Amino acid sequence: MDKPRLVTPPKVDPNIAIEVDELDFFYGDFHALHAVDLRIPAHKVTAFIGPSGCGKSTLLRCFNRMNDLVPVARIGHGSIRVHGTDIHGPNVDPIELRKRVGMVFQKSNPFPKSIYENVVYGLRIQGRAKRDELDEVVERALRQAALWDEVKDRLHESGLGLSGGQQQRLCIARTIAVEPEIILMDEPCSALDPIATSKVEELIFELKKQYTIVIVTHNMQQAGRCSDLTAFFYLGKLIEIGATEKIFTNPREKQTEDYITGRFG
Amino acid sequence: MSHPFEAQLAHIRETLLLMSTLTDRNLSLAVRAVTERDDQLADQVEETDSEIDRLEVMVDDLVVTYMSTHGPMARDSRLMLIASKISGNLERIADQATTIARRARKLNQEPRLVEVTEIPVMAEMAQRLLHEAITSFVEARYELAQNIIPQDKEIDELNRRIAAKLIALMIENPENVTRSVHLMIIAKAIERAADHVQNIAEEVFYLYKGEDIRHEGA
Repeated sequence: MDKPRLVTPPKVDPNIAIEVDELDFFYGDFHALHAVDLRIPAHKVTAFIGPSGCGKSTLLRCFNRMNDLVPVARIGHGSIRVHGTDIHGPNVDPIELRKRVGMVFQKSNPFPKSIYENVVYGLRIQGRAKRDELDEVVERALRQAALWDEVKDRLHESGLGLSGGQQQRLCIARTIAVEPEIILMDEPCSALDPIATSKVEELIFELKKQYTIVIVTHNMQQAGRCSDLTAFFYLGKLIEIGATEKIFTNPREKQTEDYITGRFG
Repeated sequence: MSHPFEAQLAHIRETLLLMSTLTDRNLSLAVRAVTERDDQLADQVEETDSEIDRLEVMVDDLVVTYMSTHGPMARDSRLMLIASKISGNLERIADQATTIARRARKLNQEPRLVEVTEIPVMAEMAQRLLHEAITSFVEARYELAQNIIPQDKEIDELNRRIAAKLIALMIENPENVTRSVHLMIIAKAIERAADHVQNIAEEVFYLYKGEDIRHEGA
């Protein structure tokens, strides 16, 4: 009988939050992502930029399998690992994955409930209902989302009564209440005025100490201000990824330079 | 069809080019005022200097306006930085030309001191380097800009030789002192102008290559 071989599990680099290998993604016959290879570092902000339809939001939604909800969407080839776990592995529950990889959308989408209930929504789904615990989470999440001081006296009023910028921070509080490892942000400031945008950007800077953040943005200045790394996508391909200061001062690829300087097309 | 912002960038480049042309002309006229002992040429240098000063202010104004309204990135952001620096260096070269012109007028009142033949050689070299620096900017030739940089040392060496020669002339005959001091200041002005040309060359290299090569030998 053969001696059982000692199998060494693949080494997981704690500094890498997301690894994408040779990812091909399709919507029906449309080839949306072409052989994307990417490493997203932990506790950093990585910005995805590129013209509309370049695949940046598609890739973002792959990270927590939001694309599973699109009937014609499918991965053709390649893999995505979150902290070493293949997110399409047989034992991965997409709901559990989305707890680990939270998402903030372009348009703030608070539930028609109180501010308090918006924040604890994810915990209630998990069956966590102890009042003390929920109170603690609400305060922590709202403080982390830099919203506590503005809403602490009206926690039981409707979340829909908040301003656009406050609603977006409420959605961020709702996302971090379940203590994800990664926060995905899909154009989180596109509907906000400059003051609200500035608050969310300050928040991103604070949140990266605890979370890994991936942000899709069309605002070049925002990518420049907020992110540590920037990835440029074009026609479903990752053209270039690098330190943000390098991408915005002296990118390696002409396509990147043409895009960020507004000479595209 | 080019984007409207391209016209604004072109305006900054064209203003720099005009400033370069006037500075180049002034340096050339100032040196001729010395070699041809012509006060009228010196007058022309001083008349044009205020126009170069005005263009320096204009370049900075265009740069600040463009940065505030367009948020330039990558090579455009480098152009903003170096446009302001190049215009500053051109203005200082023009100031050196004015210094040469003023000294030329004083020198022209004295008999010619024939022994110092290195000054026209040095001036010709500084002017050639200025032409090359401007060409490297206009034609986006960063290699040409890079080649300018080591040549500044030759001008420094010529200046040292001229200074030694003039000191010897002053020791030899006190009647040479006034003329020698004027010539020493002229040689130093040419040497300073060449330093600014070197700065421009480094700035052009940074603009087109994206690498900062200042202080590399430091």
